[in-house]
Amino acid sequence: MKFTGTDSYVATEDLMVAVNAAIALERPLLVKGEPGTGKTMLAEEIARALDRPLIRWHIKSTTVAQQGLYEYDAVARLRDSQLGDARVADIANYISRGKLWDAFTADDRPILLIDEIDKADIEFPNDLLLELDRMEFFVYETKETIRARQRPIVVITSNNEKELPDAFLRRCFFHYIRFPDRETMARIVAVHHQGIKKTLLSAALNMFYELREVPGLKKRPSTSELIDWIKLLLVEDIDPALLKVSDKSKLIPPLYGALLKNEQDVQLFERLVFLARREGG
Amino acid sequence: MFVDFFLKLRQARLPVTLREYLSMLEGLAAGLAECRIDDFYFLARTTLVKDERLYDRFDRVFGAYFQGVESLSLALLADIPEAWLRREIERALSAEERATLERLGWDKLIETLRRRLREQEQRHQGGNKWIGTAGRSPFGAYGDHTEAVRVGQDRERQGGAVKIWDRREFRNLDDSVVIGTRNIQLALRRLRRFVREGAANELDLDGTIRATADNAGYLDLKLRPERQNRVKLLLFLDIGGSMNSHARTCEELFSAARSEFKHLEYYYFHNCVYDSVWRDNRRRHGERLGTWQVIHTYPRDWRLLFVGDATMSPYEITHAGGSIEHWNDEAGAAWLERLLAHFPRAAWLNPEPPAHWPYGQSIKLIRQLMAGRMFPLSLSGLDQAMKCLVR
Repeated sequence: MKFTGTDSYVATEDLMVAVNAAIALERPLLVKGEPGTGKTMLAEEIARALDRPLIRWHIKSTTVAQQGLYEYDAVARLRDSQLGDARVADIANYISRGKLWDAFTADDRPILLIDEIDKADIEFPNDLLLELDRMEFFVYETKETIRARQRPIVVITSNNEKELPDAFLRRCFFHYIRFPDRETMARIVAVHHQGIKKTLLSAALNMFYELREVPGLKKRPSTSELIDWIKLLLVEDIDPALLKVSDKSKLIPPLYGALLKNEQDVQLFERLVFLARREGG
Repeated sequence: MFVDFFLKLRQARLPVTLREYLSMLEGLAAGLAECRIDDFYFLARTTLVKDERLYDRFDRVFGAYFQGVESLSLALLADIPEAWLRREIERALSAEERATLERLGWDKLIETLRRRLREQEQRHQGGNKWIGTAGRSPFGAYGDHTEAVRVGQDRERQGGAVKIWDRREFRNLDDSVVIGTRNIQLALRRLRRFVREGAANELDLDGTIRATADNAGYLDLKLRPERQNRVKLLLFLDIGGSMNSHARTCEELFSAARSEFKHLEYYYFHNCVYDSVWRDNRRRHGERLGTWQVIHTYPRDWRLLFVGDATMSPYEITHAGGSIEHWNDEAGAAWLERLLAHFPRAAWLNPEPPAHWPYGQSIKLIRQLMAGRMFPLSLSGLDQAMKCLVR
């Protein structure tokens, strides 16, 4: 079982080593990186490449660890008891399984994606230490222990909004997805837009990386924005020559709305262009 | 076998633990990095380093430790076919350098190179020596480690043979922060006041049971609003001047506070609070907000937290017209007292170490005005300040 990227996902060498280490040693893999560098996609692509089911657990600010294990629906049971339902006798009928439970008891070794773990409360990762380490937990209502049949491949993503506790980090492997360099980026774009013209690609990349260098941007455009932008360029059939302006003063990319998502950034950018024009003459 | 490496990492103050080291060995045993040192590097990084800010430090230790290993493979070079070497060198040099080369003669050059390689093997000096001396030879232009290795090592493998850890691509991520925002956040958590307010959308289990029992066993659902942190924090930050040296800590505190509190408002001031404060430092002279307005806007239940070094001339606090930026009709002390009278729960965080406090006249004054509620901007100080604000 080895992950080497897929036809729609370009994995760098270091990423492959990290993923394979996590698969072989059965440790959770924590993935960080700038937004839009394909952290969530990674789990999907691992699942696709290895042909395993993917179980997603999206974390919100209100998510607590217990929800990933199981939830006991006391109200439903109470209601059923009022109505004299026969199901009442068995408490197990009112326990709904969480994502971790699903992952532990899956027939095929699944991939479990814990998405954006930093969104949750600051104590959230600590509450999952034992579960992720031993891959088992105890259900108090039914007095049974759920043990993983085979340890799922756990991929955890984080956007760095909160620092994660050391104890949690020690149990994970870690990989930081760097922003792709030009070469990798060209490969990534080629994967998404097959048969894109070389001139258009290189002109677009030039413009993209230049735009990323603009100082003071609130949100720098990332891979997903580039891909959307190129898609627009292709749909609108923009002439590559339009993108190839050596003169900085004319640097305003067509359809830049796809690249700059923040009002202030657009304003800042327009102001810079204006200044450059004025300086240029 | 990598115990030394592990210890070196610890020496460089990378927080690696035995557990992580064992994971790495496990990975090696599982054959994850068998034949390539690059793979080993990636494996070691993924298992040992858990923070991208530490990548650069790791790269440096790795580079220093494994330089010896690298030179082993260099020694093998002494036996490589001459034609191959010649081709490589030809490819690596510019026209001008090639002309110099011609003068020296290929054979002599290769001979020199061989000799250098052997010399290097004997002296166990790694790549540096070779390149060092080679600096004056026809290899001149390649007088740095990375390119010189390229002449010898198999270049097909990864383009240029600049070692990945030598590229140090994560250089700017290393910020050597001692206290992370996590610690600050944990300290700020003391300042939590959970209140149930708003729409009732959460099941109140205890209430339901009680109501159901009252209802002779018929189910009576009770709902209650969700628990939320209702602490409201008003942050006054001293900016500019002597505060520049504390900018880093203040930024950390600020970012931690921002993600911790839903109700957080902040204003900037310089040295001491006067008749107006501002929100945006770029437009500090244009868009100012009167301090009276601040007092009228926020009710008494907001907690007031000053962050500043309180280091200034005492006149800036005690006298009208003492401000260094503008003419103030009323003394800073008057404004401070006004704010404190309106917000009974207030504290002052001072990034200056407490040992310096007794020597600053202005610090003494501010402490008096704050009725002793000045705390150092350290984790324990933050803790105390939060305790004081909770009361």
